Amino acid sequence: MKEIIKKIGMIKNGNRKDDNNRKEILRNNVVVKVFRANRSKGDFVSYDSFEVPVQRWTTVLEALLYAKSYLDSSIGIRYSCRMASCGSCGMKINGIPRLACYTKISELEGSTITCEPLANFPLIRDLVTDFSQFFNHHKKMQPYIHNENSVMTDSKKLIEFKQSVEEVDKYLQFSYCIKCGLCYSACPTVATDTKFPGPQALSQAYRYYADTRDNDTKERLNIVDEKHGIWRCHFAGSCSTVCPKGVDPALGIQLLRGHLMGFSKNEKKIAKLHNRSTS
Amino acid sequence: MMKTRKIILHESQIMKIHYITAIAALFVVAVHILMRLIMPYSMSLQYENVVVNYHNIPYALLLESILVLIAIHGFNGLRVILLEFRQNEIWENGITIFTIAAMIAIIAYGTRTIIMANQLGL
Repeated sequence: MKEIIKKIGMIKNGNRKDDNNRKEILRNNVVVKVFRANRSKGDFVSYDSFEVPVQRWTTVLEALLYAKSYLDSSIGIRYSCRMASCGSCGMKINGIPRLACYTKISELEGSTITCEPLANFPLIRDLVTDFSQFFNHHKKMQPYIHNENSVMTDSKKLIEFKQSVEEVDKYLQFSYCIKCGLCYSACPTVATDTKFPGPQALSQAYRYYADTRDNDTKERLNIVDEKHGIWRCHFAGSCSTVCPKGVDPALGIQLLRGHLMGFSKNEKKIAKLHNRSTS
Repeated sequence: MMKTRKIILHESQIMKIHYITAIAALFVVAVHILMRLIMPYSMSLQYENVVVNYHNIPYALLLESILVLIAIHGFNGLRVILLEFRQNEIWENGITIFTIAAMIAIIAYGTRTIIMANQLGL
C-alpha cells in the first residue's frame, strides 16, 4: 500500500511540474501483462503477457480488448462506455488505480503495461472486482434529496427549488462522481478498515449536505459521525489524485469535518420553493 | 424491534476533545520546558529543585494538567489506531474499556505521585 501511495505522490508531483509538455512515448508494440486468477475456483495468481500493436491514441482498454479478441478470449474485463463516463473499467495500471479507457498507452512509461484488479475490492476474476461493499457504503449515505416539503408523487403539487450559482458551486464538483471506485482503491484507511465508508461515500455525504435543496442536515451528519466514520480519514489525499473526473474527495471530507466540529456554519440556507403553477 | 444503543459521546465530540487536549498540552508543555530555563539546566533537574517545583502549588497544578491532557490525548490516539485493526463489536468495546481504564489508572498514579511529592498528604 505504501508503495502505491508513493507512486501516486510521484505522479502528482510529476503532473504539477510538466503538465503542459507531458511526454508521449511512441511505440509500435507493447507487452500487456494481465493479472489472472479466478476466486471461485481458488486459482493461484499468475500474469499472462500479450504483445499488442499500438498507435499513438491506443488506450489500455483498447489494448486489452485487442488481446481478448485475438489472443485470449478468456480475459475477464468489465467495461461499457469507453469514454470515462460509466466508471466500469477501473483497474490498477502500472500499480496505480486508473480508468483503462481514459489511459493512453503513449502516456505510460516502459514497454510493459501491467494491468491488475483494483486494490481494496474483493476479486471476482482477472480484472473484475466486486463492488457490493462499495455501493453499500454509497447507499448508506442516502444519496438523494431529503425534503419533506417537496411532493414527488402528485404531479399537480410539483414544485421546483431555486438555487443560486454560488449555492450550486458548493457541491457541483462532487456531483461529477461516476462511482468508478478508484479513490476507494487508493485509500489507505479502506485497506485496513473495512467499515470505513471510503472517500467516495464521504464526499457524496458532503455533496448532499451542501445541497440547499436538502434539509435533513442533522441526520446526514449523524450517518458519518461514528467510530468508523469520517474521523478515520488520515488525509493521505491519494483519493483526490487518482480521481479521473477531477473530484476532490479529500476536500469534501475536510469540509464535512469542519461542519461536524462547528468551525463552519451549520445553519444551512434552504433553497426557496417555487410553485410551478404560480411562477 | 430494533435495538438502539445509547451514545454517551459522539465521535465528533471525542475528536473535539482530542484536538483541544493537543493544543492545550502544547501550551502547558511549553511552559514546563521554559521553566527549565530559569536556572542552569542541569541545576534545574537536581533533586532539591525538582521537589521545590512540586511544593509550588501552581506548578503542581501545571504538572497535573500536563498529566491529564497527555493521558486523554494519548489514550484516545491509541484507541483510534487500535480501532482500525479489527472491525467487530467485541474488539471495539474491548479497546474502549481498556483505553479508558488505562487512562484512569495513569492519571490516578500520576496524581498520587504529585500529591505525595507536594506533601499535601502528609
